[in-house]
Formats: sequence, C-alpha cells, structure tokens
Amino acid sequence: MKCNRLVDVGRRQFLRGGVLGAAGAAAATVMPAGQAQAQTARAMVDYPSTRLANVADLAVNEPMDIGYPDADSPGILLKLGTVVEGGAGPDADIVAYSVLCPHKGFYMSYHAADKTLNCPGHFSRFDCEKGGQQIWGHATQNLPQFTLRVDDKGDIYAEGADELIYGRLSNVLQG
Amino acid sequence: MTYKRNIDRLPIIPAGAKEHNVTCHYCIVGCGYKAYTWPLKKQGTTDSNWIGEDLSKQQGAETEAWYAPSMYNVVKQNGQDVHLVIKPDANCVVNSGLGSVRGARMAENRRSDITGTQAQRLTEPMVWRYGTWQPTSWDDALDLVARVTARVIDKDDENDLYVSMFDHGGSAGGYENTWGTGKLYFGSMKVKHCRIHNRPAYNSEVHSTRDMGVDELNYSYSDYQVADTIMLVGTNPMECQTNLFLNHMVKGMQNGAKVIVVDPRRTVTVDSCEQVAGTENVLHLAIATGSDLALFNTLFTYIADQGWVDADFIANSTFQGDVAVPEDAAHPASLGSFEAARAACRMSVADGAAITGLTEAQIIQAAEWIAKPKEDGSRRKTVTGYEKGIIWGNDNYRVIGALVNIGLATGNIGREGGGVCRLGGHQEGYFRPSDAHVGRPAPYIDQLIIAGGGKVHHIWANDHYKTTLNAAEFKRVYNRRTNMVKEAMDARAGATREELVDAIVSAINAGGIFSVNVDIIHSQIGQAAHVILPAVESGEMNLTSMNGERRLRLVEKYMDAPGSAQPDCIIAARLANHLERVLREEGRVEYADQFKGFDWQTEEDAFMDGYNSGNPEVTYERLRAAGNDGVQEPVKGYDNGALVGTPRLYEDGVFTRHGREDGKALFCMGSWRGLQAPGKTQQQANHRFLINNGRANLNWQNWFLDQKNDFVMDRFPVPFIQINPDDMADLGLKPGDMVEVYNDVGATQALVYPEPTARKNETFMIFGAPNGTQGNVINAGTNELILPNYKQTWANIRKISDATPAAARVSYKSWEVEL
Ligand code: SF4
Ligand code: FES
Repeated sequence: MKCNRLVDVGRRQFLRGGVLGAAGAAAATVMPAGQAQAQTARAMVDYPSTRLANVADLAVNEPMDIGYPDADSPGILLKLGTVVEGGAGPDADIVAYSVLCPHKGFYMSYHAADKTLNCPGHFSRFDCEKGGQQIWGHATQNLPQFTLRVDDKGDIYAEGADELIYGRLSNVLQG
Repeated sequence: MTYKRNIDRLPIIPAGAKEHNVTCHYCIVGCGYKAYTWPLKKQGTTDSNWIGEDLSKQQGAETEAWYAPSMYNVVKQNGQDVHLVIKPDANCVVNSGLGSVRGARMAENRRSDITGTQAQRLTEPMVWRYGTWQPTSWDDALDLVARVTARVIDKDDENDLYVSMFDHGGSAGGYENTWGTGKLYFGSMKVKHCRIHNRPAYNSEVHSTRDMGVDELNYSYSDYQVADTIMLVGTNPMECQTNLFLNHMVKGMQNGAKVIVVDPRRTVTVDSCEQVAGTENVLHLAIATGSDLALFNTLFTYIADQGWVDADFIANSTFQGDVAVPEDAAHPASLGSFEAARAACRMSVADGAAITGLTEAQIIQAAEWIAKPKEDGSRRKTVTGYEKGIIWGNDNYRVIGALVNIGLATGNIGREGGGVCRLGGHQEGYFRPSDAHVGRPAPYIDQLIIAGGGKVHHIWANDHYKTTLNAAEFKRVYNRRTNMVKEAMDARAGATREELVDAIVSAINAGGIFSVNVDIIHSQIGQAAHVILPAVESGEMNLTSMNGERRLRLVEKYMDAPGSAQPDCIIAARLANHLERVLREEGRVEYADQFKGFDWQTEEDAFMDGYNSGNPEVTYERLRAAGNDGVQEPVKGYDNGALVGTPRLYEDGVFTRHGREDGKALFCMGSWRGLQAPGKTQQQANHRFLINNGRANLNWQNWFLDQKNDFVMDRFPVPFIQINPDDMADLGLKPGDMVEVYNDVGATQALVYPEPTARKNETFMIFGAPNGTQGNVINAGTNELILPNYKQTWANIRKISDATPAAARVSYKSWEVEL
C-alpha cells in the first residue's frame, strides 16, 4: 500500500482552528433575479482576500498547502511551470485548488508526474492544468479553483472560489 | 475554461421540509435518495436546519450535512415554486449514502422554469401542421392518432401497426407504465410487430439462462460482500453500476475476495480492483474480442475434469439424462444434463488459450480462483456478474449459457456468496400480458421497417436514431418514409380531419409510415414524428421499479409534470379510450369492446390494475412504508406490518425460470463456433480497427438529459474514441482531433482520446451519443434470436479536423488514479 491511500481523518481536518475571514449573508444564491435586500445580506458571498505566499516561495510542480477561504478548507497553491488558461503570476502558471474531493470530501493528493489531484476515496481525479476538470470520477462538479491575484511585490492573494467547496453550504462560513 | 457553476452557497434545507423516498432513476443499482422540498421563501439556517447540525462549521468527509449544487433546483409542486434537494440516502442498504456522477445530478436534471434547466422537456402534445410541429390539446392529438391507427388495424389483423416500447424500470419506465402499454398492445390488441427500447426485436437479452431455469437476477448485492471470488464478464461496474461496485464489490475485496475480470479492454474497473484488492488478487483476462465462449467452455471442461464440481447439487438440482431441449430455430444450442454439456462443450486448455489469446497458466489460475475447493474441502463462493460485453457480443445464447454452466456445476447459484447475474442497464419494472404471440425468433422490426414494413408506428421512449444497429440505413429509410406522410399532410393544410386522415392513409399506402412519438424530450427519431406526446419521468409521477437484486421501491412524486405531460400509463389509457371511441363511431363495436378497461385516472390505478393483480400484497401504502430499502421480489407475504421478500432466488435448489415442472436446471450444450453473426468475419478482414463500444461513467444511456447538461457536455462535447497512442501517431492524430469512423455499413464521428492501455488496432467508442451515433457502423448481423452484436465491429478511421475549440479545452489525461 502506498501511503497516500491511507490518508487519515486527522489530515483531513488539517489546520483546524483558525478562521481567516467570514462574511455575514443569509440570502440564497440561486434565486430568480431581483430578490429582496435582506438585512446585511448581499447577493454574492464576500470572499476574504488572503495572502497565501510570495511567488518566490514556490518551486515548480511542488504544491504548497494552503487554507482558503479559511483554515478549515484545505487547498494547494501550485506553480505548474507551463502557461495555463486562468494561471496567475508573471508566468501565468500559478493555480490554487481545494483538495477536498467534491464527491464525498476525502483529502486528495497531488501526483506531480501528470499534475493531477487524486482521490483515495473512490478514485476520482482532477486535472490541475485544466481548471480542475474532473478527468474521471464520481463528483458532479469540477474542482473548486481559487481566484488568485499577484501584486507587484509578487505576493499571491486568493480572492474567491468558483464552485461550492465540499462540506460547507456557503464557501465563506457563516454564523 | 472548464465549466464551473460559480455557486458559492446554497439554500439550507429547513427543519420540517417535506421528505420523499426516491430511488435513483438512472442505472439498475437503484440507489436510495431523499428528495426534500420546501417553500421558495423559506430557508433553514446554520443552527436550525433539517439535520440539526451546526452548519457554520466545515463538515467532515462523508457527511450527510452537505449537498452539491447539482443536487439542488427550484421546481413546481402543486403549482407552487419550491426548493428541491435530492441527496443520497445514508440509510439505504443499496448505496449507504453514496451518490454517483449520474444520480447526484438528478435535481439539476429536472425541468425548472426558474433555473432554466432541462428546458428541452416536452410540455404539450404537438402535431405536424403547416410544415412544422404545432402545440395542441391531448384530445386533438390523440384523436388524430386513434383515427389513423384505426385505419390500419382490425380485429385479429394488427400487423401493420408497429410498436417500439420500453420494457424497463426507472427513468420513465416501471410497473405502471409497462402495464399501460402492455395492456393496450398485448391485451386489447395482439401486436406482433414490436420491439424494445434498446434492441430491434421484442425478445429477452438472456434467453439461454432463462431456458436453463435460472433467472438472470438471482442474487442479493450482499453476496458480493461475502464471496471468495468475484468474476466480472463483459461488464465495467465501476462506471456503469457504480455503487454496486463501491458499496458491495469493494467490501467483498476488503473482506478478501479475489477478482477475475474478463474484458478485452483494461477498464477503470480493472484498475479500481487493483487499487482495492492489490494486483496479486486481480486477474484480468484480456481475451481476444468475441472469444468468451471458448474461455468459458475451457474453464468448464477444466473444472469438471479436476472434479471441482458440486456433485450433490448437480444430482439433486439439475436435469439427469441427455438432451432435454434440442437445438432448433428458437434454441441456438441444445440444453441438457451436466455430462451432456461436458461432452458438447469440451475444449482443452491449449485450444482455449489459442483462441482467446490467453496463456494456459492464466486459464488455470482462473479455474482455481473460481472453483478449486478450499483446504477444508468447502466450496469457493464465486459470484459472477455479466453484462453487455457478452449480451451484445458474439453468440449471445451460447456464451451466457456457458457462463451459467460454470455457476451450476460449482453449485454457485442460490447460495450465499454466489449467483450468476446480469448487472443490467436500467432498473426493471415489467408487468404485461403474455408476449407469446410475438413468437421466437421475434420479428426483426428495424429491418422490416427498412424493407417497407409497417404503416403506423407508435414509439414509446425509444430513440432508434441513437440506439439501434445499422442505424445509418435505418435513418435514411425512416426519414424518407415519414417525409412522404409529412408532405401529404402539408399538401392538405386546411383540410378537415377526415380529409387529412385520408391523405395520411394514401401516403401510408404509397410506402410512407405515420410516426407517433411518446417521449420526455424531442428526440432524434422524434424529428420524424407526426404526433409528439409529452411523457413524465419518475418523481414527476409515483413509480415502482426493481433494481438488480430485485429490490422493489416506490419513488414518491415530488414535483409536477412539465406542462401537461402525463405518465405513459395514462397516455396509453387515453389512447385506448380514443381508439374505443373511434372504433365505436365507425361501427366496429366488437373490436371497440376490446379497448375497455382503461378508466384509470392515476398511476396508482394502473399499478392496482396491473402489478397488484399478480401481487396482491403489494400496495403503494405498503411500499411507502418500506422506504428506500423496499422489499426484494418475489414478495411472499405481509407480516407484522412489513412486506416479506426473497433476498436470494433458488435457495431451495428448485429452478423454475424455464417453467419445467421438475424444477431441474439445464446445462447449455453450446460448442464454440467462431464469430457467429453474419458479416462479422468479413468486416474484420477488411478493416483495421476493432471499434469496441459501450457506456461510460459520466453519460447516462443515450444522453437524453445529459445533452443539455453543461457539466457533462463540457467534459465530452462529442463522443470519445479511445485509441492507442502508437495508432494515433500512425494516423497523424492529436488528442481531441475529430475523426470519422467508417466501414461497409456507415460512418460516424468521434473525438480522439489517447489510451495507452488500449491494444494496438483496438479502440473503444462510447455508445448512444447524440452527435456521433456509434450504431451507424454496427452492421445488421444479429444472433438467431435477433440479439444485436455491437461489440464485434471493425472499421477504418480517418481524421476529419483538428480539435474544435470545445474539444481542445478538455483534459486528455489517463483515467487511472495515481495514489
Ligand atoms: S450508481 Fe446508478 S443508481 Fe446509483 S446513483 Fe449512480 S446512476 Fe443512480
Ligand atoms: S470522495 Fe473522492 S472519489 Fe469519492
């Protein structure tokens, strides 16, 4: 047995504890246009802008563990080494993804040889060079990718996500 | 960019939301789901919700307290917009909370005025008028159907009415609906020219196992969990029966089972078995295509010669003597005793190895894993699953018979950890009057239509254009014949009903065909229709079906039908009412009387009239109470407030499926005879590539809903064909290039997907796609009982174009997980 197959629950709960940011909102997202203005709610979830690393911290094809939008949502930050659609940074090759499998939430591992994220749960896999497209698997969505912004200092900020993250009905947890 | 929904939160199911039992309406596994509905302007909160969890926190893996955007929609219920969540049921014994890439999209694949999903669903009847289809009322549409139909049928003379009707459960099938059409066409009428949704005749896909006395669904899924060996033949359950694999086969492997996979192709199932059980416990027999019969006869011979058989079982439960049923036009092989079959099927390991391309050691290893008794002398519990690889493969009757032979010889049918079963496509849900008048071999309907047969064609959720063989020719002829009628109708625009019917009948008599299409969407064959009638699916009606272990459940209606769409059983009833009325008007009173008995108002009426008449213990109320675990058929009684079922067939060693009074199972005496279907050997000789074909994980059957599902169409905008990279280099192909696959019978198109594990000159193309019909290159050759042979198809391949922008975007990486 290779080690990645037996990722324990402890690692799944990685970085538990810290909360980096949250925004209050109560209205539903998928609603007909023109919904009412409820108290403090806004139509879109407000994502925190979170500094993940500096470009200089990244080595090609070596993922860095991150937590976004908060520490309970594990992800990876990755410099692919080749330009990809949606890639950030000076080389348009930096991407970040949630690593919780959108099927049943198992913690996925990165396979550097073909730049994929692979799930030990039921063997789904996702392409880090294609916006997290599910190559094959059981999930009914592609992998949530985090929107990145790189400032002139080379600091990389995460500022949003494009799919619902496994295990939360709001990407930014709400009280 | 890859398709993303950009949904970053979902409405929370409130406490007190309505909860409905749902069985997944896609594949035969029939996973349990729960549908929750609640008013549009209400919602749960992070601390007050349906499940009583604190949703302000991240939930762990396998939580019940999460649902994906694909599990959510807004639909109509009793005329009101409501939120809908359909999520896997953690308490259902079938799937234990697992969803799949198909089932977990059920909610998203419902029609919604609000979110705009599945706007393709038909909402009103339509008739061909003024050169296109015009919406109309049910009465108007059915009157036209009844009047034209009445002109071509008469008492005991119904051979000009052709009927294509589904016989399955799940989806829009199920006991209510098969009874509706069955009572009309086999009760009121005796229609002989009919066929089933996925094949060109009205026949069984597994005649031989039934003739041998063994129903094809004889085990319980739990048998996989306690088996010593799992044998999978021509089936890819990780993709096509996903949660049977994940929730039962995986548990069997974790409990120590070894796995044998017989498939010319290395499927995702092979890889997944290796991941779970370890490569040393998985034997992949990558046989030469179509050589299954040689393999099974060799295994049967070797196992018998070693004495690894269950002598008591053979003596007590199987036929003693020589031949019980001789080979004839209805039986492509004789059936008889164990010893008679041994003699007829004898094949040496050396011959078996030569024909299959396996090594002798592989065959012997397989025999040991199947049948070699354990050290204490006890039987190896071997469970066998098979599906289209042999059902739609070479020599269907003999191959399935040979596989069942092994199960019978080793005493592995009707025993714990045993069973020899098909894995199935849809759920089942068949209850109809006898079909004996159809005969055997059954008429080859699609070829008869090509030859000019049929005047009126009633189609119930069949799309021949996507899912028949010899599809290219069928489409050419069917378009021409239906166009004759359309032109005649166009020429009489403004005419009275009577004049219009006369014009249609003239066109029919000149070689045209009048086509009535009952479906949930405007299908491809529906483009040829003259009348289109909108039907509903499971969940839009109450519907009962059974899964691959005969588990019967009631799906509770949780939303309204789109527009004025109706359950098929009710459409059949109203059609019967109209036929009765028209015949009476025409003074054909005696014939009109045959159409009585269709005063059903609801699907429950149809259920009580049909299924309940044969199974008086079973009612909607009792099934509702039985929930998502339901009851395994046959239902034996009702005790202590619960239906009593039958987890496993034949535990008493008495075999009944053939109807023999002695209750003895028969062995199949089918010897190997090469590629059996007409035209296959020649096609092989003249074309370079094997075009193996089948289903895949993502796409449900002929993609009828998926063709409008962005997540699905983004992944494969056109059907894929997997090709070995060296073959791609030979042909100058890059991943994503569009190729034409062409041979002596037709052509189709596909997107090139490199597959390093594919053998050279052996490709695999996905079946049933709307924009690259694989059936176009399947020749008309069937077995003696009109079972299509899809798998043994050869063709050439040429490049049409570079990848389209949609195809260039997608991933072409291996499907095999890297852990
Ligand atoms: S495995 Fe089959 S029944 Fe289960 S959720 Fe998937 S498609 Fe539905
Ligand atoms: S949790 Fe990842 S495949 Fe099931």
